[in-house]
Amino acid sequence: MKVTTVTIDAKDLHYTPLNQRIRKAIAEGATKIVINNVLGQRFIGDGLRGDGVEITVNGVPGGDLAMFMSGPTIIVHGNADHAPGNTMDKGRVIIHGSAGDAVAHSMRGGCIYVRDNIGYRGGIHMKQYMEKRPIVVVGGSARAFLGEYMAGGLLIVLGLGGATPISEQGVGSGIHGGEIFVRGKVDDLCLGVGAKQMPVTDEQRAMIKPIIEDFAKCYGIDPAPLIASEFTRIAAASARPFASKYTWE
Amino acid sequence: MTIGSIPLRFKVEIDPELCMLCGRCVENCSYGVYRMEGDKIRVNSRNCVACHRCTAFCPRDAISIYEKPTDYRSHPVWTREIREAVFNQAKTGKIILAGMGNVLPYPMIFDRLLLDACQVTNPSIDPLREPMELRTYIGKKPIALSLKEYPNGDADLLTKLSPNLQIETPIMIGHMSYGAISLPAQQALAKAVSRIGTFMGTGEGGLHESLYPYQKNIIVQVASGRFGVDINYLERGAAIEIKIGQGAKPGIGGHLPGEKVCADVSCTRMIPEGSDAISPAPHHDIYSIEDLKQLVRSLKEATEWKKPVFVKIAAVHNAAAIAAGIARSSADAVVIDGFRGGTGAAPVVFRDHVGIPIEAAVASVDAKLRQQGIRNEVSIIASGGIRQSADVAKVICLGADAVYIGTSALVAMGCRVCGTCNRGQCAWGIATQKPELTKRLDPETNAVQVENLIHGWTLELAELMGAAGINSIESLRGNRDRLRGYMLDEGLLNVLDVKTMGA
Repeated sequence: MKVTTVTIDAKDLHYTPLNQRIRKAIAEGATKIVINNVLGQRFIGDGLRGDGVEITVNGVPGGDLAMFMSGPTIIVHGNADHAPGNTMDKGRVIIHGSAGDAVAHSMRGGCIYVRDNIGYRGGIHMKQYMEKRPIVVVGGSARAFLGEYMAGGLLIVLGLGGATPISEQGVGSGIHGGEIFVRGKVDDLCLGVGAKQMPVTDEQRAMIKPIIEDFAKCYGIDPAPLIASEFTRIAAASARPFASKYTWE
Repeated sequence: MTIGSIPLRFKVEIDPELCMLCGRCVENCSYGVYRMEGDKIRVNSRNCVACHRCTAFCPRDAISIYEKPTDYRSHPVWTREIREAVFNQAKTGKIILAGMGNVLPYPMIFDRLLLDACQVTNPSIDPLREPMELRTYIGKKPIALSLKEYPNGDADLLTKLSPNLQIETPIMIGHMSYGAISLPAQQALAKAVSRIGTFMGTGEGGLHESLYPYQKNIIVQVASGRFGVDINYLERGAAIEIKIGQGAKPGIGGHLPGEKVCADVSCTRMIPEGSDAISPAPHHDIYSIEDLKQLVRSLKEATEWKKPVFVKIAAVHNAAAIAAGIARSSADAVVIDGFRGGTGAAPVVFRDHVGIPIEAAVASVDAKLRQQGIRNEVSIIASGGIRQSADVAKVICLGADAVYIGTSALVAMGCRVCGTCNRGQCAWGIATQKPELTKRLDPETNAVQVENLIHGWTLELAELMGAAGINSIESLRGNRDRLRGYMLDEGLLNVLDVKTMGA
């Protein structure tokens, strides 16, 4: 396939003209887009389509990166602000740094890799349907309320570089679908209402292996020690966490 | 000692003189009231919800339904409803849910507002022979127009206009999701609005593909669960509405039980069949008015600034200040949902006790936006308890641009307001997903009924305006001079900015 590269200088560029230039480049057949000097522009790739398109963001994008995105891959050389992959549908976001709160909020499909740490409420209300199963892998640690209201999808937290992957409360509060894998042990006190911790089966270990290998490849890390590590799995204690709260008139 | 059963809510009687044992009541009742035993129809009144499906289809008018056949000892404080709620919670220890809107007998402000008409000093207008302008545009209006004029008299418009929705009558149909109501019900509403030239909302249930032909008259909703939301959905809608809150249950989320998530509902909501659909109380990407601005702009950016974005809030005490924030968020309209708004299911304690009436909320929102000089930034859509054309006229006089109706559109399809939507057994095929019940609706016939209702209201609205000497809805909007309060207290008259009758 012919690769057409377009370079955009985002210095002093507002997000709307920036997104217009990205859309125009894709419409004109670009398959690689490099955006330099990104500094806080929100909504990069918002609602963007384009299977096979790779966008490199050099700098620090603002909030809601890849929101509603359906197809492209975005590689960020820098940190990302809050909610990258918000309600994302398809595609990949690979962040060479950390990300803010509500990473993958309501994400429906595709994958997000964060090399370092994420903020509060990561993977909140992720959901899955048929072939759409969102995947989030965090290399470092996640703050409180990871996977809150989670309805589907897969969250993996690796705790690389000696980080404690989970050390705060509310993990999986109200979780009613999907699963969270954490390398090492998680204190039961960190679990939210409705979440349950359980050992990982061989099948589950085999299921996450290629995902961890892919993550490691993206960042040039050796996957072997990660795959060999102990994991714990956090999932819903009940598919209907609120069912017992109500009665009818 | 157990509490035992509570007295019957309804008593069903079949007059044996009139009954011809055709069995239509047995077939039609989805709650199991009737059964045929030999040459007799037996009745179990305890199952009756007074949905009147049986009486509507009894060819002999043989069925009578009586409410509350057994009296409690009357007591002004310990009403029947209060006592029955205590029984229920003593048995279950749970939160009580119910369908439909607020049932407490709060005074209706609408019924204490009177419209004006012309006599002698300015002539009334006959809508038969004079054009009446009912067309309304929903969205931002520029504060001023900038023109480039040419010597030959031509001019170019330099001001960039925001996208607006053009509606032929200021009556739209509010958001009732597929899941809360059935697909044939949504199809009927969609047909009706597309023929009239108005709009309906999807609710937070996604957009079923059978509604795609009507999408240019459909407003798609983005709520806290983000069910059914992807870029295709956003692009299909004529406008996008962010649901922050709902008049029937301000401040709390929603919860569609797994048993209502059938194959088709799971497909439009994009969740597995049979799983609970939980909408959290807040949007977890909006924790502040600044975050709201970000969500509004993210939706505009995703759809390349081609579509108006609405924000719907429940009418709560400080709705005016919240609306002022919304008006500054790049949103194009604010929807205010009053405390009489209907719902598929809500905790009774919220339905009956939280929020304020739409009349007061719209008047205060309109006043606040005018005070701050930003009324042009957003249209105001009033919803929750709009029952008739007079309510439409009155709420427009109080400052609304248009209304959403919900319950009245369902009543036009047969709903009897029995308030049992939560059970999923709706005998009219509206608030259910059971195929044997939903097939009772015929989208075409029901579309005509909904269309008739909106048409009738629109004619009445034109007559009311004509009688007041007004020939354009623009001149009715915020025109409190054409309203008078009937025995409203001074505090409320001040909030509504309406004079008392006689003044």
